Amino acid sequence: MRLVVDLNKCQGYAQCAFLAPDVFAMHGEESLVYNPHAPEEQRERLARAVAACPVQAITADGLEDLAGEPGAGAAQEASDVR
Amino acid sequence: MSADHLDWLRREGRILIVGASLAGLRAAETLRAEGFTGELTLIGDEPYEPYDRPPLSKSVLLGMASPHHTELPHRWEVDAKWRLGIPASGLDLAAKRVRLADGDEVPYDRLLIATGVRARPWPKEDEARLSGVCVLRTRDDAADLYQRLKAGPRRVFVIGAGFAGSEIASACREMGLAVTVAERAGAPLVGALGGVVGAVAADLQTESGVDLRTHVTVTALEGDSVGRVRAVHLSDESVVEADVVVVSLGSQRNTDWLAGSGLGAGPNGIACDAGCRAFDFRGIVTDDVFVAGDVARSPHALFGYQFLSLEHWGNAVAQAETAAHNMICHGADRRPHLWMPAFWSSMFGVNIKSVGVPPMGDQLMITQGSPAERRFVGVYGYQGRVIAAVSFDSARWLEFYARQIERGAPFPVEFPTMDRRPEGRQPVAADFPDPSLPTHGPTVTLTGYSPADQQLVFHPALH
Ligand SMILES: Cc1cc2nc3c(=O)[nH]c(=O)nc-3n(C[C@H](O)[C@H](O)[C@H](O)COP(=O)(O)OP(=O)(O)OC[C@H]3O[C@@H](n4cnc5c(N)ncnc54)[C@H](O)[C@@H]3O)c2cc1C
Ligand code: SF4
Repeated sequence: MRLVVDLNKCQGYAQCAFLAPDVFAMHGEESLVYNPHAPEEQRERLARAVAACPVQAITADGLEDLAGEPGAGAAQEASDVR
Repeated sequence: MSADHLDWLRREGRILIVGASLAGLRAAETLRAEGFTGELTLIGDEPYEPYDRPPLSKSVLLGMASPHHTELPHRWEVDAKWRLGIPASGLDLAAKRVRLADGDEVPYDRLLIATGVRARPWPKEDEARLSGVCVLRTRDDAADLYQRLKAGPRRVFVIGAGFAGSEIASACREMGLAVTVAERAGAPLVGALGGVVGAVAADLQTESGVDLRTHVTVTALEGDSVGRVRAVHLSDESVVEADVVVVSLGSQRNTDWLAGSGLGAGPNGIACDAGCRAFDFRGIVTDDVFVAGDVARSPHALFGYQFLSLEHWGNAVAQAETAAHNMICHGADRRPHLWMPAFWSSMFGVNIKSVGVPPMGDQLMITQGSPAERRFVGVYGYQGRVIAAVSFDSARWLEFYARQIERGAPFPVEFPTMDRRPEGRQPVAADFPDPSLPTHGPTVTLTGYSPADQQLVFHPALH
């Protein structure tokens, strides 16, 4: 699963690193580093991290089946693109 | 343009995007999300799907991500024809066709150029060809550099202490590698953040064990008998033995393929209006050629209508969205690209972020925290107003300063912020190098006239 974090938005709250520590890690006190290619077995944890990020900084694809209707995540993002 | 023509364009027109990376992908997604159902083609010279570059100098070198897997997630189904691994080689503006290097020609009704920048190579070609001399811009570069670092070189030499060079030096230290950094200016990050903040970055490097050499230039790279780099010669006559040399001398805009096309394109990028429409060489705005991302150079009302070239991830995303929107809507519905410049970096365990245009500032105040503690906010002033801010491990404040910049808040900063120290009450010279001297590093380039005042009430575009 591919993911990207908008690190301009990211406030380093570390929610994601707490929920999916194999994908996200804090580097120093404030910087987030992550693996942009999360292994399949991280799917559920990744979905939780995406949902928990307080500033919605994480975009991931391939999470549709967890989000309910297919494409829900994408449609949500796209509606932000005014 | 008549409503009929626009309806036709949205329904069955042909849109061509040259440059299949961050800006190209986000534009393609936006076109589909906003209802474009015509033919969409993306041309990219790299053989890979759009991938993300910032991790290449961070997660990848730290061993947390594979250089082969930083592909960007798709936010929307793009349903496009992808032609990857083949560069565009020319543009015929009158006939509305893009030529490809394999001789093919692709016609378009609307064109978006998002060809970005490339790493500036080491100028002496025979030296640049030595094995062990690297640059870092592409995923192939990252894979090569990572392999070389993993092999445990005795010393790595980084030429240039901009953001990329400093991030690479930081990764080397984390891998336990000896690293020397050479910088022409007096400190790292000087072109982007000025000498005062640069001095803090210099301390960070030396405390982390980097052998930092400032006020020097590299004069020659020396190879051994089998063509591997073995030493670096400096202008102070010193010689440093190293078996990996990373050339980190900034970037060059990918506009060569547009030579002779009649577009206003050159070494500074492609000039466009705030609606992302490219100018031709006469300074007349085109209506069917748009530009976005690192290759673009566009006027910004908030910064005195200076033409800004921003090598910022967030700019590529925002500008691509705006360009795509404007490509398929009526004049009155078009939006200006008035993005608040913002940038992040991470090195030696410190999170560095900036908003606004620091190199435009001539004065600096440390309004919160203290450089000695590596945790502070610095605010840049220009002609009595706040023009930019930088944070070291204090990123949560930047939103606040972004609003100050939008409002044209007065400088020197008067409000009593949290954690304000006595020494932060007076502005000091921000200490940027003389802009007429060549530097390699700044990720913001000012290429217009100098503004005097702000007469506009700024309402930022939301992204
Ligand atoms: C190592 C590294 C670290 C970075 N870190 C940060 C960071 O921490 N924060 C931040 O804000 N920004 C960072 N950036 C900058 C950020 O990656 C760029 O701003 C962003 O990639 C710009 O996207 P773009 O699509 O405009 O251009 P690019 O990503 O450069 O893409 C342009 C694409 O067009 C292709 N192309 C060029 N010419 C042609 C042609 N003639 N025909 C077809 N295709 C062509 C190129 O090969 C490339 O694939 C970093 C960049 C690098 C390299
Ligand atoms: S949860 Fe969101 S804001 Fe917090 S560290 Fe992760 S990406 Fe950043």
